Amino acid sequence: MFFPILGRVLISADFWQASLQFAALLLLPALGGLLSERSGVINLAMEGLMLIGAYVGVMMAIATHSVWLGVLGAVIAGGLLALVHAIVSINFMANQTVSGIAINLAALGLTNFLLPIQTQGQGIRALDDALRLPQLHWGPLANIPFIGPVLFQQNIIFYVAIIILVGIQFLLFRTNIGLRIRAVGEHPHAADTAGVNVRLVRYACVVSSGLLSGLAGAFLSLGIAGIFNQNMTAGQGYIALAAVIFGKYTPVGAAAACLVFGLGEALSPRLQDTGISANLLGTLPYLLTLVALVGLVGRTTAPAADGVPYEPASE
Amino acid sequence: MQESTVITRSEEKSSPYAVEMRDIYKAWPGVVASNHVNLQVKKGEIHALVGENGAGKSTLMNILYGIVKPDSGEVLINGTAVHISGPRDAIRLGIGMVHQHFMLIPPLTVAENIVLGSEPGGIAAPYDRKRARADILALSKRYGLPIDPDLRIEKLSVGQQQRVEILKMLYRGADILVMDEPTGVLTPQETDELFLVLRDLVKQGKTIIFITHKLREVLEITDAITVLRRGQNVGELVTKQTNQREIARAMVGRDVLLRVEKTPANPGPVVLHVHDLEAQSDRDLACLHKVSLDVHAGEILGIAGVEGNGQTELVEVLTGMRKPTGGEITMADVKDGQAGTPKNITTMGARGVRVAGMSHIPEDRRESGLVITESIEDNSILGRHRWQQFSWRGMVLQLKNIASWAQKLIDEFDVRTPSATAAMSTLSGGNQQKLIIARELEANPIVLIASQPTRGVDIGAIEFIHRQLIAQRDAGKAVLLISAELDEIRSLSDRIAVMYEGQIVDIVSPDATEEELGILMTGGHQDPQ
Ligand SMILES: Nc1ncnc2c1ncn2[C@@H]1O[C@H](COP(=O)(O)OP(=O)(O)OP(=O)(O)O)[C@@H](O)[C@H]1O
Ligand SMILES: [Mg+2]
Repeated sequence: MFFPILGRVLISADFWQASLQFAALLLLPALGGLLSERSGVINLAMEGLMLIGAYVGVMMAIATHSVWLGVLGAVIAGGLLALVHAIVSINFMANQTVSGIAINLAALGLTNFLLPIQTQGQGIRALDDALRLPQLHWGPLANIPFIGPVLFQQNIIFYVAIIILVGIQFLLFRTNIGLRIRAVGEHPHAADTAGVNVRLVRYACVVSSGLLSGLAGAFLSLGIAGIFNQNMTAGQGYIALAAVIFGKYTPVGAAAACLVFGLGEALSPRLQDTGISANLLGTLPYLLTLVALVGLVGRTTAPAADGVPYEPASE
Repeated sequence: MQESTVITRSEEKSSPYAVEMRDIYKAWPGVVASNHVNLQVKKGEIHALVGENGAGKSTLMNILYGIVKPDSGEVLINGTAVHISGPRDAIRLGIGMVHQHFMLIPPLTVAENIVLGSEPGGIAAPYDRKRARADILALSKRYGLPIDPDLRIEKLSVGQQQRVEILKMLYRGADILVMDEPTGVLTPQETDELFLVLRDLVKQGKTIIFITHKLREVLEITDAITVLRRGQNVGELVTKQTNQREIARAMVGRDVLLRVEKTPANPGPVVLHVHDLEAQSDRDLACLHKVSLDVHAGEILGIAGVEGNGQTELVEVLTGMRKPTGGEITMADVKDGQAGTPKNITTMGARGVRVAGMSHIPEDRRESGLVITESIEDNSILGRHRWQQFSWRGMVLQLKNIASWAQKLIDEFDVRTPSATAAMSTLSGGNQQKLIIARELEANPIVLIASQPTRGVDIGAIEFIHRQLIAQRDAGKAVLLISAELDEIRSLSDRIAVMYEGQIVDIVSPDATEEELGILMTGGHQDPQ
């Protein structure tokens, strides 16, 4: 019973399309978190940043009747909330783990609080198609069997995510800015004495994590779901962080990890007919992933100064 | 601000000073590191900044480089009053600095480390690896500092890292070069090479501020000397008109014994016995070949050798930090001049050998001697925390006892710090070293392994540490001394074992000349008998 169903799922285009979509959704906050961690600021806030993005995106889209202004609002909202994390952890040198979790709780509380107020207690109705992020259809390419639906009939943000992935991989390892980011995350003191503005680099990276997570939030609410629900991110931000670590703090590695997690997320609902508990199935891919990653990926080392606040000139 | 630049503009050309620091004051909690200090460095000279550990040398230079903000005082560069609020300002003013603890990023390459912050093409450009390479190779050729730009820093020896630090300054076009104890970790040969480079740099019009604890180097390379003591400027000397004794007196405030005084050793039975020891290096290459040694109670056995010939690994194996691939180590207690039954300690591990009665002064204090972010109190019981007096049943710390123990170490070994609860990182380098030595000696060991024990400490402290090592010997301990300073080895040891390529090539008396040792150390002669 189990294996025939599993086999059928694994060869269906629908499964692969959903996997890639999930992977792209995780990839955006993962890339943001990666920038932040690479610059030396631990970032657990992607969950909250996504949630705020998802909420503001929907609200803005409804208010302005424009999905694109909704996306813009989501990105800015994520960036602003990330700015809070930056100020708290860079200027006030507070504990970065605590700050990240506080932001997640605040985002959850804030959206739960605002939702009934702004909708007069009605919640949000499913969005019209005009207010949803478009699925692209790449002409004849989209009609290729299997490959077409999987690769060429995705949401527009899927393609944006891939471009951003390539961009950040290039930025980090092929540009002067990337060199500075890596230097600051490894040894801020050395970077400072070499003339690098440590705080500026860290600010830019943390805020970027907010912009990217906000975009992911919009992808979730305006793209995939077409609605905003309470706590709709449901832990995705944390999974994105796990992807950063399993991906050894490289964009390409994180993308591979996101793909694995994406497969897992797409798999469990499709195996419900097997009669095994859905909850149990939900954990299986992650357990397998853990085993595989421990075996295949091996030890990952965080940037040496990850999580260590830096005090420039001693007063 | 604008006014002052106008006024000083006319001064600019006439000022003979590249650097002038006036009335600099800086207080840390509990210590005045810089107490109205003045410093004048003439253009084109090599200026020595000397003083005891904690005298405020690094602090003063960190102020010049913008890493530390002074409470008050004025800095003039080439006669112009300047405000330096961070390293970026200093770099813009043509100041470069090699820090006491290197400022290199281990996983990045040599080239990346050098260009960081001043990358070719500017901040917005892609990283131009080819141009960075070419620029660095040109610099390295021009100044005679050979280096491979593509190697990662973590693969380099300290001497090579030093070279990278110097290239980093030169790449930024610095004219005023500050070097904070650049020779502290160099072998004598590397120091000679560095001096050639420094002379060359001065010829090209650069000004150099040079911090060192080695008075020989001060006399050899510098033109003028500023002496600091406890945060105050206590003298300016002209190198040509002074001598070691006078500098030492200015630094410490009393006459310092520059030579070691000791009576002949009175060796007892063998305490530490090493037989046919074999080990592999971090790169899995054999690095110790059948090393055999006996250290007697009441003697100091010195190990001479060019760094990197297996000394580090030998110490690691002896102290249980590295697993040997063959051979045996035994240790025996001594009572009333009689050795007890030897205990095999070959595979006991670091804790085991400590419990068995070994003390270890490690060569890299930050790596394996201290937890730099923790307090002096915590560090004072590191490795001894299970002692009854420090923890109840090895579990609950006895804070009162620990505090009085730490205070005792501080008092007896003259560790300069405002309080025993201060973080280890706030101590000057030399004072960190003194605390380790205090801790290791006060443990009353049977065997003492001292690896580069006087690295980075001032002459007063060297004298003190040397006396302590001899006192340990005279108290019947077996002392194994490893040092890159040939003078130190020759003046302290009762026998000298020479290491070359992982082998003990000979054991000679301390009367052997420097030349004889030099030949052995470079593998010139190997005695098959
Ligand atoms: N960040 C800091 N916080 C508190 N105290 C400090 C700090 N840095 C230095 N000090 C104190 O200031 C004094 C001067 O230290 P400094 O490092 O300048 O000495 P130094 O002359 O360079 O000594 P060494 O030869 O050992 O390197 C010392 O008493 C030291 O403990
Ligand atoms: Mg110093």
